Amino acid sequence: MTVRPWIVFQLFLRSSRVQKKRAILTVAAIAWGSLSLVLLLAFGEGLKRQLTRAQAGMGRDIAVLWPGETTMPWQGLPAGRPVRPRLEDVELVASRVEHLAGALGEMTDYRAPVTYGRKTVNVRLTGVSLPYGELRNHMARDGGRFFNVLDEGRRRRVIFLGWTLAEDLFGDEDPVGRTLLVANVPYLVVGVLVEKLQMGAYGGPDEDHAVIPITTFKTQFGRERLSNLVVGADGPEHMPQVLREVREVLAAKYGFDPEDERALPTWDTVESSAIMQNMLLGIQLFLGIIGGLTLFAGGIGVANIMYAVVKERTREIGVKMALGARSSWITGPLILEGLTYTLMGGALGLIMATGLIALLDALPTGGNEALEFLGKPTLSLPIALATAAILGLIGLLAAYFPARRAALVDPAETLRYE
Amino acid sequence: MNEPRHGGAEPDVAASPLIRMRDIRKVYDTGKIQVEALRDVALDVASGEFLAVVGPSGSGKSTLMNLIGCLDTPTAGSYELRGESVAGMNRAQLAEIRNRRIGFVFQSFNLIPQISTYENVEMPLLFGRVARRRRRERVEEVLARVGLADRMEHKPTELSGGQMQRAAIARALAMRPDILLADEPTGNLDSTSGGDIMDLFAQLWEQGHTMIVITHDTALSRRTSRRIELHDGRITSDLRNGA
Repeated sequence: MTVRPWIVFQLFLRSSRVQKKRAILTVAAIAWGSLSLVLLLAFGEGLKRQLTRAQAGMGRDIAVLWPGETTMPWQGLPAGRPVRPRLEDVELVASRVEHLAGALGEMTDYRAPVTYGRKTVNVRLTGVSLPYGELRNHMARDGGRFFNVLDEGRRRRVIFLGWTLAEDLFGDEDPVGRTLLVANVPYLVVGVLVEKLQMGAYGGPDEDHAVIPITTFKTQFGRERLSNLVVGADGPEHMPQVLREVREVLAAKYGFDPEDERALPTWDTVESSAIMQNMLLGIQLFLGIIGGLTLFAGGIGVANIMYAVVKERTREIGVKMALGARSSWITGPLILEGLTYTLMGGALGLIMATGLIALLDALPTGGNEALEFLGKPTLSLPIALATAAILGLIGLLAAYFPARRAALVDPAETLRYE
Repeated sequence: MNEPRHGGAEPDVAASPLIRMRDIRKVYDTGKIQVEALRDVALDVASGEFLAVVGPSGSGKSTLMNLIGCLDTPTAGSYELRGESVAGMNRAQLAEIRNRRIGFVFQSFNLIPQISTYENVEMPLLFGRVARRRRRERVEEVLARVGLADRMEHKPTELSGGQMQRAAIARALAMRPDILLADEPTGNLDSTSGGDIMDLFAQLWEQGHTMIVITHDTALSRRTSRRIELHDGRITSDLRNGA
């Protein structure tokens, strides 16, 4: 049986109309459901984007390795030996490992006295190699810079500050170009970290620490061993291979089993961000299901009104059948009608949601961390498509069952009693 | 080239009746009880007849009407409409038959109130997939025949009872059906309007239409060419009026 959309459409235009108040209530229910769905999804999307950004705050596709202790005997050597990479191992790793975006060493003093004017604070001070700026997302505010080759080569006494620390020490003054004392040795401030969202951290957040070239650190504090080794992969997919090779290179040098995780404990941010992406997807699905259920309640409203329509029009349907209407010409216009209510409500809900989201976007978060992390609700194409698909599906379902009942109307039965 | 042309002029078609019913039985099964609405009904109706079906209520008139109109199928027996067996048809085929061969006129008109008279009359043509221009011609033609040419754009609610029944008759005629089937067509009308409708029926019959009318109205049944009476689901008399 061929369906003729044009006939269906003409019949739809010519069927009797539902009471206005009832139609308005139904459309409003759908609009409310769509509004909830779109807003929830938009909040989920905003949260996801903000968290993804925050996660990238520490750097993208990096892994952090700490000094550890062997737990497995290896080639005649007992377990329980410390493994403490040295500064020269950074070079070794960089020259041996493939798919490396960069490797850097860190040496940290957790309580270095830093003095400016009359104020002295104990600061987490880290000596870092050059790729730190790039790998750990240390961008300088306007007017400043990160370290360069000369700073490192000549062991210059230059220092780069987190923004909270800078404010703590300098107040409203511009720190760049000023000199401060680190353990009574003068250092020139070359840059201040631009403010960023940061979710992951080891040691502490970047906003209140200070970094100096690792060569300078070694000279002043006489340290040789690294506090951390940080490696970056040139793509998240390469991280497992990079880490395996790093372990193999260092295992050969320090004599431990490359499979011995505890010899060189590792934080792979690629792995943890994959976990978080899945969690976020889960959150979005959850929000989507809640929104979908709200919309589903609206769909029940549509089904309800369509059942009432079929009941009210039983005679009209019987007459049409007597005049030779086929089932599809009875069901088609009804389905179109149900879809019309649904899509009208959906469009209305979408318009309201867009307006609300624009309004929320205009509101300041006022430095409130919770609000900052909740982010801003964001509409995206997938959200629009998902909403449209859910609306269409609900509209079809809500209209299909009443329409099927209409098609089963027995014309002889409805016309019998005059 | 030499294929026989189908139509009323063909001798074999003219010889066989338009309606041929044999051993018709209709049982309504309401679950607990079975009601035998028609039993052993045999009926032939020739083309061009004007048949009145009379009988007390509950005698099976409406059931017979539904069977003839292909709104329902018999429990047992054979029904041929223009030599075509209706008994085994599915819903879609029955819809097609109703659309092309039967024109219904109801006691309560059953026009759709929200659309114009024109659109009401156009409805069966839409179901019959008649082209747009042809639809317009047909609707105008039949509305003129029932005297409603100037009421096309009116909604049914803006018409009088007699006019509504005329519109319904126009709708029944639109597809040029073989049979016009009317159930108490004057039942809801005052005597003047009823008289007008009877005149219109007589006129249509004279124009060659085959008509079957269920009626209590003796004034109407007297003007038909043939009158059958039902009692308890059986045809108890079958008279040809001497007109």
